[in-house]
Amino acid sequence: MAILVDDSTRLLVQGITGREGSFHTQQMLEYGTNVVAGVTPGAGGREVHGVPVFNTVAEAVAATQPNASFVAVPAPFAPDAILEAAEAGIPLVVCITEGIPVLETLRVYHGVRERGVRLIGPNCPGLISPGKAKVGIMPGFIHTPGPVGIVSRSGTLTYEVVWALTRAGIGQSTAVGIGGDPVIGTSFIEVLELFQNDPETRAIVLIGEIGGADEEAAAEFIRQHVTKPVVGFIAGRTAPPGRRMGHAGAIISGGRGTAAEKIAALEAVGVPVAERPAQVAELVRRVLEDI
Amino acid sequence: MIGSVVESKGGAMDLHEYQAAELLARYGIPINRGILARTPEEARAAAEQLGSRVVVKAQVHAGGRGKAGGIRLADDPIQAEAVAQQILGINIRGRTVRKVLVAPAVAFEREYYLGVVLDRDARRIAVMGSSAGGVDIEEVAREHPEAIVREYADPCLGLQDFQARRLAFRLGIEPELVRGFATLARQLYQAYVDCDASLAEINPLVLTRDRTWLALDTKVVLDDNGLFRHPDLAELRDPEEEDPLEREARLAGISFVRLNGTVGCIVNGAGLSMATMDAIQLYGGEPANFLDIGGGASAQRVAAALRLVVADPNVRAILVNIFGGITRGDVVAQGLLEALRQVEVRVPMVIRLVGTRQEEGRQLLEEAGLTVVDTMEEAAQRAVLAAQNQ
Repeated sequence: MAILVDDSTRLLVQGITGREGSFHTQQMLEYGTNVVAGVTPGAGGREVHGVPVFNTVAEAVAATQPNASFVAVPAPFAPDAILEAAEAGIPLVVCITEGIPVLETLRVYHGVRERGVRLIGPNCPGLISPGKAKVGIMPGFIHTPGPVGIVSRSGTLTYEVVWALTRAGIGQSTAVGIGGDPVIGTSFIEVLELFQNDPETRAIVLIGEIGGADEEAAAEFIRQHVTKPVVGFIAGRTAPPGRRMGHAGAIISGGRGTAAEKIAALEAVGVPVAERPAQVAELVRRVLEDI
Repeated sequence: MIGSVVESKGGAMDLHEYQAAELLARYGIPINRGILARTPEEARAAAEQLGSRVVVKAQVHAGGRGKAGGIRLADDPIQAEAVAQQILGINIRGRTVRKVLVAPAVAFEREYYLGVVLDRDARRIAVMGSSAGGVDIEEVAREHPEAIVREYADPCLGLQDFQARRLAFRLGIEPELVRGFATLARQLYQAYVDCDASLAEINPLVLTRDRTWLALDTKVVLDDNGLFRHPDLAELRDPEEEDPLEREARLAGISFVRLNGTVGCIVNGAGLSMATMDAIQLYGGEPANFLDIGGGASAQRVAAALRLVVADPNVRAILVNIFGGITRGDVVAQGLLEALRQVEVRVPMVIRLVGTRQEEGRQLLEEAGLTVVDTMEEAAQRAVLAAQNQ
């Protein structure tokens, strides 16, 4: 099973002729992802790592029927690329681009929702269903198939947790990086719901960080709707208020969005929160044994 | 998450009050215009030019100016000079005041708050108003949330006139004043959207004795990520207001926040950087900084990061935590060694490196006499210990 991406994923890469687009296309192909097409306006007719390139998403869709798109387009052009994919009817769009103005993301957020399209990101590492498909920039080798679903606002911190799980012999169903911006296409709650309904996922890891109230909303959702065990990790216990910690969304403002609040909200609904990334693996082992 | 499609690192850029005032005036917002002064003499000349009682206000990127003595009244030009002398050079929350704004002192009947901000949870732009103007709005939000009224702009259609009017009526503004208030709210909203702001506020917005609206103080914060399409606004950045190290980091494309501890951190990824800081504290140390070098971990970037960290005299040990992932461990190691040839490091350094071919990477580093460990926990413990023993 897994969620969102698997063996049936037919991937389009937008920005495929760029340095990042080309590199990650190769990486995804090596992992076994079925990359069916690429788009770069003006580069139609070319091939990148054997993948045909089209000028528009509509042409790529007509010729190759992709059901997911990976957007590796620089920030000034990424919103347009996301909307082009949505307009062409691609149901899942994954955007890794960092640095999109938040008001642009807001516009795009509502635009893709209206079209019934799921956007993951922006400013995210993408997602992977180990052994099935990788639609992202994460290192494939650290993952192994298994029963744990992961949802995270971070990139390398997710790799850290995944690596700890894999080394502890605990595999993953799907790992989803939802992104570190203040506005993102898909929130914790929506991914939690998908994991709750995925028969292959037996436990869930939620990796949050300071800023906003998405972790608190996730805690409330877990209380009401999630019966599978959840383990948490929150980064930024030592972050000072009023300063952005790298991610545009990682800021404690007006005394809200602290790690302490988020940890308390999760613990209040029975979610154990690890003090360090490696401890996540220990806590997951424990909850899996209890099932 | 990826380096080459990144121009900035998602920060925010504060404008000074005088800059915000100028910007908002272009949208038709009635501003109590002042004159900028860098010396007491200039403040005196400004007061002479204004020919009235004046208020002298520190122009500095810090809140709580009033409480810190950064805003004072002056009856005449001589007093304005004296007051400016007192304000210039003082320190407000770690920032030195280098400029003051001299503006006419205004008598008013009532004061309001009007602000535009992104509501992350609602995923809408919110226009907020309060009749408790002139005070810290975050404090009002905490203690009297009912005193703040909100309207959410439609993501496609923007803020409508009826919404702006509704805001005014809910604030109890008299019918004959509503139209003026609503116009102002829409002007502020438009400025916010056009400039890619993350905050635009008027506090206080006052009703003067002659029943007109006037913005006495304004604040605008811009989204760094939007600056590429506003080169004119990007030029408003005040280098005097930036920590020199943070400025250097920004120009090198590195996310860097200076803290007060003794363990310098060099990490790739924002979440991992925070988790590394947390681990340092967990093992009894204090991080000296947040530092995300971004993707790739090239020699050039690592060298720039090392320069930033060693420039902090409080740093007693350095922790390098690189989850290379796709980037090969031996390439990262070579980058680190190259960076160490460029930058002299006199404090102990603990390196944790993971990635494809990490064993080769570790071997290269160990051959060069560096301490390389396997896990982030071990790295944090060792770095804390090293800092304590220095």
